[in-house]
Amino acid sequence: MTIFSDIGRYLLMVKGMFSKPENGRMYWKEFIHQCTEIGFGSLGIVAIISVFIGAVSTIQTAYQLVSPLIPTSTIAQIVRDTVILEFAPTLVCIVLAGVAGSRIASELGNMRVSEQIDALEIMGIKTKTYLILPKIAAALLMIPLLVVIAMILGIWGGRMAGIAAGIIDGYTFDKGLKEFFVPFSVKFALIKAYVFAFIISSIAAFYGYYVKGGALEIGRASTRAVVVSCILILFADYILSALLLPT
Amino acid sequence: MIEVKHIKKSFDGRTVIEDISCVMKAGQCNLIIGASGSGKTVLQKCIVGLFEPDEGEILYDGQNFTAMKGNEKTQIRKEIGMLFQGSALFDSLNVQENVMFPLSMFTNDSFRKKLDRVNEVLERVNLQGVNRKFPSELSGGMKKRVALARAIVLNPKYLFCDEPNSGLDPQTSLVIDKLIQEITVEFNMTTVVNTHDMNSLMEIGNYILYMYKGHKEWEGNNKEIIFSKNERLNNFIFASDFLQDAKAMRMLEETGQIPDHRNFPLDPEKGPDPKPGSA
Repeated sequence: MTIFSDIGRYLLMVKGMFSKPENGRMYWKEFIHQCTEIGFGSLGIVAIISVFIGAVSTIQTAYQLVSPLIPTSTIAQIVRDTVILEFAPTLVCIVLAGVAGSRIASELGNMRVSEQIDALEIMGIKTKTYLILPKIAAALLMIPLLVVIAMILGIWGGRMAGIAAGIIDGYTFDKGLKEFFVPFSVKFALIKAYVFAFIISSIAAFYGYYVKGGALEIGRASTRAVVVSCILILFADYILSALLLPT
Repeated sequence: MIEVKHIKKSFDGRTVIEDISCVMKAGQCNLIIGASGSGKTVLQKCIVGLFEPDEGEILYDGQNFTAMKGNEKTQIRKEIGMLFQGSALFDSLNVQENVMFPLSMFTNDSFRKKLDRVNEVLERVNLQGVNRKFPSELSGGMKKRVALARAIVLNPKYLFCDEPNSGLDPQTSLVIDKLIQEITVEFNMTTVVNTHDMNSLMEIGNYILYMYKGHKEWEGNNKEIIFSKNERLNNFIFASDFLQDAKAMRMLEETGQIPDHRNFPLDPEKGPDPKPGSA
C-alpha cells in the first residue's frame, strides 16, 4: 500500500508544481541558483569520472582486440559508442543521483524539519512551485549539458590513454572516431539525459519535501532518494534502449 | 479578530483537538497555554491553515478561512506573520536577505526602499549591524528577533508566535515578550502566542486559553488566572512552591488577602503559618 500512496503523492507533487509564480524575478533567481548548484557543483566529479572511464575503455578494448585482422581504429569506434551511448548518460547520471540528488533531498528535508517550508507556506508562497520547480528545471538544463561534457571528456580521456600506453596513435584514433558514426547515438544519449535528469531531481525533491522527523530521517530520505533514483535510472535505461534503438 | 468555532482535529483516529471555540481580539496578546502534547501547536497550525481541521470554522475578521479555496487562503496568509519555535530562518540567506524575502516576493519596491524597510524593522526589534550575518552566526535570542522582524516586515494583521521563548534565558525572554506586546499594540495586530512560559503568561496574557488533553479547560486573562479555582490549571501553572508564593503575593497585592492553602509568612518574625490540617 505504501508504494501506491507514495506514487500518488509523487504525482500530486508534480501536479502541484505547476502554478502561477508569485514573483517571476524571485523564481528566476532561484532557478539560476539551482543551475549553479547542480551544474557547477557537479562539474568536477563528472569531469574526473568521464576522463577515467574513457581511459579505461580504451585500455580494456585494446586488451580484448587480439586479432591482427581488426584495425586499431576500431578501438576508437568502440570507445566512442560506449561513452556516448552508455557511460556518459547512464553512469554520469548515477553519479549525479548521488551528488545532486542527495543535495536536493537533504536541502528540502532540512527546510521541512526546521519549519522553513511552513514559514514559506504561511507567507502565502506556493512551496512546491517555488522550491521544486526551479530544481527540476535546472536539472533538465544542466544535466544534459554535463552529459555532453562527459561525452567529450570521455573520448578525450580514451585518446590520451591510448596514446600514453602506445596502443593507438592520435591520427588513427581520430580517424576511428569518424568511421561509422551514427548521429542518432548523440540524440539517444540526450533523450536519456533528459529522462534521467527528471528522475534524479523529482525523486530527490519528493523524498526531501515529505520528510517527517529529524536529522536521522533527513539522512534516510537522502539515501532512499539516491537508491530509488539509481534503480529508476537503470530501469528507464533499459526501456529507452528497447524502445528507441533499432535492433 | 480571529474566531475559532468548534474545531476538531485527529490524526490516525487519535483526537488531538476536541471541540475548541474561542475569540482572539485585535490589539491584544492571545495566549494558548497547556502542557506538552495538549494540542496547542496543532490548534495554532489549524488556525493558520497548515493543518485542515476535521470539523469547525476559523474566521479571520468574519471571513471563513476554512471554507476558502487555495488562492483566497493565500490572500489571507499574506496578512499573517509567524514566528516559529525554531525561528525557521532560511540558512542560505543572511539576516538582511531573510527579512527582505517577503518584500522581494510580494512587492515591486526598489532595492533601496526594501532596504530602508528592513533596517526599520530590524531597528524595531533592537537589532542593528547584523545585516550581513548568517543565521548560524546568531544567538537564539537574535534569531528570534530576526524571525520577528521578518514576520512583521509586511505589516501583517495577524501575528502568530509558537513558543517564542523556548530555549531563551529569562532576560531575553522578557525582551521578546515586551517586543511582541509593543508590536501588537502599535500595529493593532491580532497576536496569538503558544507558550509554556509563566512570565509571558503574567506579563502579556490579555486573553489566555488553557488546553488540557485537546480540549478547552479554561479561558480568561492574566488577572483572572490568579483567582482561578480550576485545579488542573492551578496544578499546571503554579506547579512549584516558588510559583505558588508568587501567586500568593499577587493575590495579596490585588485583594489584601492570601489564599488559605498557603503558609505564606505574613510576619517574618512569626514564621510561616501552619499548613491546613498539619496541626
